[in-house]
Amino acid sequence: MQHYNMNLTLKVWRQRSNKVKGHFESFQVKNISSEMSFLEMFDVLNEQLVAEGKDPIAFDHDCREGICGMCSMYINGRAHGPWTQNTTCQLHMREYKDGDTIVVEPWRAESFPVIRDLVVDRSAFDRIIGAGGYVSVNTGNAVDANSLPIEKQKADEAFAAASCIGCGACVAACPNASAMLFVSAKIAHLALLPQGEPERKNRAVNMIQQMDTEGFGSCTNIGACEAECPKGISLENIARLNREYVGAIFSGSNNG
Amino acid sequence: MALDSKIPAGKMDEKWGKYKSTCKLVNPANKRQLEIIVVGTGLAGASAAASLGEMGYKVKAFCFQDSPRRAHSIAAQGGINAAKNYQNDGDSTYRLFYDTIKGGDYRAREGNVHRLAEVSTNIIDQCVAQGVPFAREYGGLLSNRSFGGTQVQRTFYAAGQTGQQLLIGAYQALERQVALGNVTMYARHEMLDVVKIDGKARGIIARNLVNGELERHFGHAVLLCTGGYGNVFYLSTNAMGSNVTAAWKAHRKGAFFGNPCFTQIHPTCIPVSGDHQSKLTLMSESLRNDGRIWVPKKQGDNRKPGDIPEEERDYYLERRYPAFGNLVPRDVASRAAKERCDAGYGVGSSKMAVYLDFAAAIERYGKIEANKQGKSNLDKDAVIALGKDVVKEKYGNLFDMYAKITGENPYEVPMRIYPAVHYTMGGLWVDYELMTTVPNLYALGEANFSDHGANRLGASALMQGLADGYFVIPYTLGNNLADDIRTKSIPTDHPAFIAAEKEVSDRINKLMSIKGKESVESFHKRLGKIMWDKCGMGRNAEGLKHAIKEIQQLRKDFWSNVRIPGEVNEFNPELDKAGRVADFLELGELMCIDALDREESCGGHFREEFQTEEGEALRDDEKFMYVSAWEFKGDSQYELHKEELKYEIVHPSARSYK
Repeated sequence: MQHYNMNLTLKVWRQRSNKVKGHFESFQVKNISSEMSFLEMFDVLNEQLVAEGKDPIAFDHDCREGICGMCSMYINGRAHGPWTQNTTCQLHMREYKDGDTIVVEPWRAESFPVIRDLVVDRSAFDRIIGAGGYVSVNTGNAVDANSLPIEKQKADEAFAAASCIGCGACVAACPNASAMLFVSAKIAHLALLPQGEPERKNRAVNMIQQMDTEGFGSCTNIGACEAECPKGISLENIARLNREYVGAIFSGSNNG
Repeated sequence: MALDSKIPAGKMDEKWGKYKSTCKLVNPANKRQLEIIVVGTGLAGASAAASLGEMGYKVKAFCFQDSPRRAHSIAAQGGINAAKNYQNDGDSTYRLFYDTIKGGDYRAREGNVHRLAEVSTNIIDQCVAQGVPFAREYGGLLSNRSFGGTQVQRTFYAAGQTGQQLLIGAYQALERQVALGNVTMYARHEMLDVVKIDGKARGIIARNLVNGELERHFGHAVLLCTGGYGNVFYLSTNAMGSNVTAAWKAHRKGAFFGNPCFTQIHPTCIPVSGDHQSKLTLMSESLRNDGRIWVPKKQGDNRKPGDIPEEERDYYLERRYPAFGNLVPRDVASRAAKERCDAGYGVGSSKMAVYLDFAAAIERYGKIEANKQGKSNLDKDAVIALGKDVVKEKYGNLFDMYAKITGENPYEVPMRIYPAVHYTMGGLWVDYELMTTVPNLYALGEANFSDHGANRLGASALMQGLADGYFVIPYTLGNNLADDIRTKSIPTDHPAFIAAEKEVSDRINKLMSIKGKESVESFHKRLGKIMWDKCGMGRNAEGLKHAIKEIQQLRKDFWSNVRIPGEVNEFNPELDKAGRVADFLELGELMCIDALDREESCGGHFREEFQTEEGEALRDDEKFMYVSAWEFKGDSQYELHKEELKYEIVHPSARSYK
């Protein structure tokens, strides 16, 4: 693979806190290697800003291997940038060429208030999980793991849903800022497994109720969430969620 | 101060059972009055916080990330060990215990390791009950694979995302307790000091990373579940935020640091591509189940890998270690890669890489698949296509990750890999109950030193984190707190809290007041280079002495020339990082002091002066069969305490994988 260097123009959202208005600011970066990751390019920019005595750009990131779900940039109008099934930290600069302009914004949704620059508050997701995204089993003497065989296909489907990393790209990509893909992935993961069965109805009702309380928008079957999801979470999960929810309501879940 | 490991008396396989049956308990009404602080929400922290919340304690949990689910346990790929013997291949609690002791090169404590092996099976049961989607066979039962340093298949996994699935399981249990009000969660908070009252840990000073405010939190006990310190090397497979700060503050407040020099260098990571590199990415050890590691037989061979014929390849692990082949433990595999590259056989543009090749596995799986489908006369390309599908199912996400980072297709050309810092076996010294040398201050998971000796086996970190959090601390904490039920909550206007907060605040103000010229990142890189060159895969006395001086000088430079932009009372990641790097600058020196003291080679600690003629690590059991527990006595002053290791069951011998 041929490596090359490039100069770029970046237009980045700056906002000191959620109490003040934000704006775009332009920056030039030079000699960016095509081998860098997108966040390493931001490291270069931030080092430059520190050297100039300016405030570096705040952005969330941690594992930088596409699994923690912390990085969250909206790049040229797409959550996590142009590559499919990819997180921002795994986007690499060989995607870009010399002279390109890149616009970078935070996740935009009322339920994800901006903390600073590109950093947003996604604690709403934790509260949705707390509303029912678990199996109520205390630590202790669980039965032998192999006493509960699970059909491989079901286990694989549950795994696919469970691979959600909770990054919020689905919300950022959706024009309605709906969190349905995130919520449906957890509901599907647990509904597909026998361990999730006893709490299945309450889980669906309570998680959706919490989702609404947090102010996320409604799902209107646009499908942008699936297209931008870094882990390829399928829209089928939303269909499953709707079935679970309707089933729970009509069979009289005690919270419904 | 004499170190007491508090290993219970009795036969090795009865110690834990007896402990559990005879330890003191706290009744439910009293649990409600006891407050516990848990710092860190990875596998150890999330499992401990959830379990203690379920038991009825009042828990406060802290993490620096935006959500407890982000902790770096999430990135563990390959799997988790448990002595289930589901594969009927001769596994047992004793085998797991023995493999772990041997894998650790006889520098771990037998009592702790035996307990770990015992509870390993409970972990799998607990996680399955939570709905963790482990890989399964067609019959619906759990699947296993092999990891390095063992000859059985005892590793449970969820594709290449085992850490994620286990952490989400613990996180969900934690969020359930948060919703029930049993745990209060403080995300985007960083612990900056331990508060001691009458010699006991009674709380912490934490900084709210969103608004920069300092907070005082009381706890009857404090649990540090804050992970390892591999980022002292700057480049490592750790997350960018992983740090030693909580453990280091505890060390400065009296907690001894155990075996700080024991660092694990993981053999299969994507090589460094340039100076811009911010972190290194691991390619799971599980790949060594099927991948074969090789370099050209000719030095400086610049041909493409596909153009090098079979007979001109050196499968050096298979050659040197026929019994374990590509599945030798990590320390052995890493050193062997370094040896080949240093000798001029490395590959890729930097020549600091070796190949990890799946061609043979793809062909083998292709043939098996063709047989299964009853297609005996397929041509080679068709067989290889079938084989690629099998490999994709097993390792697809890892191959994708490799392709994204390097721009190369690992299904077609062998991966290039090189060792990188991955895990730290050293950590806060703890006794059998996981208590540090500061009463009521505990350390769990990677943050403690206890179970892996001088080298950790693959798939054992997840096991230890969850063992400590789910199955050990719920008993050992109660045994101690049973004597503390009359201690009322101490108001945080107590002078000890005020003094600790002032100390933290003074240090932050000092950092901000330097207003120098060099960025935090730049200091961190310089420290990392010293550590990697002189306290990395190979160490010697001269280099270590040099490193100590260099680090002391670097620390001086840092405190006189670091530049931190922004304000204290706002979201300021540069300030957060500055505090962490300041602590790494102290820890790095201690690691070198420890490495200098240990005049032997064992596990991941390879002193070049002490090796066999074949270049294998040369242990010195006569002089060094002890845990080095360092006491902080002031800047650059550390006193060594030794915990002698007594082996009752296993007879230490030269560790051989040949």
